[in-house]
Amino acid sequence: MNNIIIDTGCANLFSVESAVKRLGYPVTISDDPKVISQADKVFLPGVGNARHAMENIRQKNLVTTIKALKQPVLGFCLGMQLMAESSTEGVKPSTEGAASEANQVNGLNVIPTRISPLQAMGKRLPHMGWNTLTSVTDHPVFTGINPGDYFYFVHSFAAPVSEFTVASCEYGSTFSAAIAKDNFIGCQFHPERSGALGRKIIQNFLEL
Amino acid sequence: MLAKRIIPCLDVRDGKVVKGVQFRNHEIIGDIVPLAQAYADAGADELVFYDITASSDARVVDKSWVRRIAEVIDIPFCVAGGIKSEQDAQQILKMGADKISINSPALQNPALITRLADYFGQQCVVVGIDSFYDKSTGQYQVYQFTGDEKKTSATNWTTLDWVKEVQALGAGEIVLNCMNQDGVRQGYDLEQLTLVRDICNIPLIASGGAGREEHFKDVFKQADVDGALAASVFHKKMIEINVLKQYLAEQQIEIRLCK
Repeated sequence: MNNIIIDTGCANLFSVESAVKRLGYPVTISDDPKVISQADKVFLPGVGNARHAMENIRQKNLVTTIKALKQPVLGFCLGMQLMAESSTEGVKPSTEGAASEANQVNGLNVIPTRISPLQAMGKRLPHMGWNTLTSVTDHPVFTGINPGDYFYFVHSFAAPVSEFTVASCEYGSTFSAAIAKDNFIGCQFHPERSGALGRKIIQNFLEL
Repeated sequence: MLAKRIIPCLDVRDGKVVKGVQFRNHEIIGDIVPLAQAYADAGADELVFYDITASSDARVVDKSWVRRIAEVIDIPFCVAGGIKSEQDAQQILKMGADKISINSPALQNPALITRLADYFGQQCVVVGIDSFYDKSTGQYQVYQFTGDEKKTSATNWTTLDWVKEVQALGAGEIVLNCMNQDGVRQGYDLEQLTLVRDICNIPLIASGGAGREEHFKDVFKQADVDGALAASVFHKKMIEINVLKQYLAEQQIEIRLCK
């Protein structure tokens, strides 16, 4: 099986690679459009700032390639956010409040939802640590995962609850812990850093 | 509910885990990777690795062990020590660390905090603060180069002012090392942590002083910190993490219990 991690130029490629290998699957890191297009499964990891990540993806000419993928694609954290239509995570990392056109970053738009600052309602940000899922739908990647299960989150921006929500989490307000559309699924949390339950999600994806 | 985090801290010198008392007289505890894996398996929520010599020796942390840790563990971990630039941070994050923590370099160059947060995201920029209570002035004072007792020195920052400053600069988390308590196992510095908590709107991790299970309960309940970091009590197996977490859950503290 040909599993590819897209090299977005962001940081956590190695932890994702290690997580896949620990499950006994081969995996390759690549930013070659041909290699990515021919993969059986594609991982879209990401850590950091949406603006920098999208700049990297554009510079590598990967936007069209990723959007055209028909095989299962799993995004982690910022990788999930890049699947969205847009994000307001711009130059100022701690910016909160209303979005303006000026600080909006266009995403890959494979899942039509918009990333905006997490409405933590006075709770401390970033939302960092292990939190429980508040709802889980029957998406095959979430087989065996239940409300109340803990996953590791690190973020200040989030996707709202929408028709694309696969799992939700609450921190001040309810947001999407995972979103999916067609062959694309993204987790706001880090499965590669979420112990046994995170392993289960990666395994479910690899077994699709 | 967001769980309170239990964070074993592994001080690293020359690729080995060490522990000293009040930042001095370091003894070797063991190899990094097996210890890291054992803590992950025991239910640790996160691990912190401090290369305690790096900042003062003007060298970045030895890289190979970061990769080896990332290969085996599936919980988040943070690496600290000698990170002075975006390039240094990038290297550590590329090897699989989830967060980087800066301490003395942030004091020398506070703008580094902003640059790192801008480039990598606020959430992976941790600022470590070594704070010492000065009895003569009655102030909590920030110290630098605490990895090397010959170079350890007080800065002009009071702890409370520096906490405010690093938040304004874009830090994503603060680890407050209360130096007076470090390694003596008399409990966390609840007074200081409560003062800092009042002005800290980002995650705050308590460090220094854990000796008994009650100390963890107290620091979560009284100082409302997001995580509690400890070293010797875990390394010396005076406290088992799974037993501690069960105890804290019984004390009505939100804790991730491992199945």
